[in-house]
Amino acid sequence: MNEILDGIVKALQLIFSGDPTFYGIVFRSLLFSGVATILAVLWALPIAMLLGLKDFPGKSVIKGFFTAMIGMPTVALGLFLWLMLSKAGPLGFLGLLYTPGAIILGEALLVTPLIVSIATETIEAVDPEMMNLAKTLGASDSQASIAVLKEAINGIVFSNAAGFNRAIAELGVALMVGGNMAGFTDVLTTNISTFNARADFPTAIALAIVLLVIVFGVNLIIVIARNPRVLLTMGRMPE
Amino acid sequence: MTVLAELKNLTKRFGERTVLDDVTLQIQEGEILGLLGPNGSGKTTLLKVLAFLLKSDTGEITFLGETVTEKNSERMRLESTMVFQKTMLFNTSVYNSVAYGLRIRKMPKNKIDEEVSRALRLVRLEGFEKRQAKKLSGGEQQRVALARALVLKTKLLLLDEPTANLDPKNASIIEEVIATANRELETTIVMATHNMFQAKSLPHRIALIEDGRITEVGTSTEIFGRLSKTLASFAAVENTFAGTAKISEDGSTLIDVGSSVHMVAVAKNVGEVSVFVSPEDIILSKSRFESSARNMFKGKIVELLDMDSVVRLKVDVGKTFTVQITKRSFNEMGLNLNTEVFLAFKASSVQII
Repeated sequence: MNEILDGIVKALQLIFSGDPTFYGIVFRSLLFSGVATILAVLWALPIAMLLGLKDFPGKSVIKGFFTAMIGMPTVALGLFLWLMLSKAGPLGFLGLLYTPGAIILGEALLVTPLIVSIATETIEAVDPEMMNLAKTLGASDSQASIAVLKEAINGIVFSNAAGFNRAIAELGVALMVGGNMAGFTDVLTTNISTFNARADFPTAIALAIVLLVIVFGVNLIIVIARNPRVLLTMGRMPE
Repeated sequence: MTVLAELKNLTKRFGERTVLDDVTLQIQEGEILGLLGPNGSGKTTLLKVLAFLLKSDTGEITFLGETVTEKNSERMRLESTMVFQKTMLFNTSVYNSVAYGLRIRKMPKNKIDEEVSRALRLVRLEGFEKRQAKKLSGGEQQRVALARALVLKTKLLLLDEPTANLDPKNASIIEEVIATANRELETTIVMATHNMFQAKSLPHRIALIEDGRITEVGTSTEIFGRLSKTLASFAAVENTFAGTAKISEDGSTLIDVGSSVHMVAVAKNVGEVSVFVSPEDIILSKSRFESSARNMFKGKIVELLDMDSVVRLKVDVGKTFTVQITKRSFNEMGLNLNTEVFLAFKASSVQII
């Protein structure tokens, strides 16, 4: 119990310390997982649109594959990527191993199934006639697809937030292909693991608390950005 | 009259099921064409083909003098818009909902503002611009959907059961808007409907559709004047009764429709018959009166439907008859639920179908 209290005190000290090492770790965590999520959205959203709007043979198999991949252990993906990116591996020539690029690529792959699955479900939940509605009002096929996406925007934002949460909170990929190199590829999760291994529990707990605060903070910002009226209704009983 | 759209031998199949079967139909510019048929008869599919949202398997459509092809269908859609039976709205404000099609057409903002408020005024929703469309009542939502289509001023407006499941007040507003759009904006309208009063009053012509085939086309007088068995079988026509006809001693035809209700008819049929009495042919009074009408029944008002300018009443005389009277008559006669009334109609008004 004392260690948890020490951790909370240390977390506050760290947050207000102005320590560049600490802020560097937080910055890298946000940057790597943020870029990884954006990268994943770039390919996951078109896949979700295809799965959500079109019917084709094998669609349910592909959907099932992405759903199953949500549960992929991060260390398994980390190991697979390490083998691919190591000098002897087929992608070794890229020289990505133990670089931020490797972490970003790994985390992007990790969160893709999650974003694809949630976004597909959301798009499928939009009334199929919505596409026809946009078209009958004069929209082209692509404009009608955008209209459907807009209707599914809450779910899509949620899928992106879920992807970011998974990316920032994962350890396996960052540790295995990033190497936890201080000031270069170390992030909050890898540092929590390191301080825990060194039996420096207050620092590990402090970093874990900071990670939680970041996850809550980012998600709160997303909720408020989607609907600023949330701020006005906070603390009020629902009508 | 100029032909706006022409369908020639259209066939559409969904798997094994033929939904449109060799449909040939002309839509005249400026008319309201009613499309009457039972559920699953192909009305919605026909409207979607006319909205260029569905492609027929065979046959040809000519619209605005051009044959519709895969290539030009997107352009053709700009002049033919559809309002679906199930009200669908974007998750946004009323203004954005109505402005959607105009933005697609790249209309300047100030012109959009003008057109949106004009369309909302037409459907009696002025001042609703900032409201969330999905938070309105069902009737108001359908009026937004209608405004969203009307604002585009397309040559052809397709309405799929526009007043289905609406309360009489909203239904009546929508009917008035449809009539105004046709009269003042000169919009050609094709409207699928089940509502017999609506089918009689709004469309200039009616096409009956059954099992994907157009079985009859004519003016409402032509279609309802000789109410066909096809129409009576699917249209849930009010005042249709099955009974047994016999020739009475005085030579008139007496039809027993059950529950001690006997009607006198002119036609000389005997045996099992179906009869129809047009609601407009029925005179309603609070007391028995002398007239030349051979049919007079005493009953009670069991249902009232206020439809703005008119009131529809259901009167139980043993069998339930539907009668339509003006709001003014209704008020002057002081009618209410359970009021005892008399119904009278001529023998010649009893149509054997």
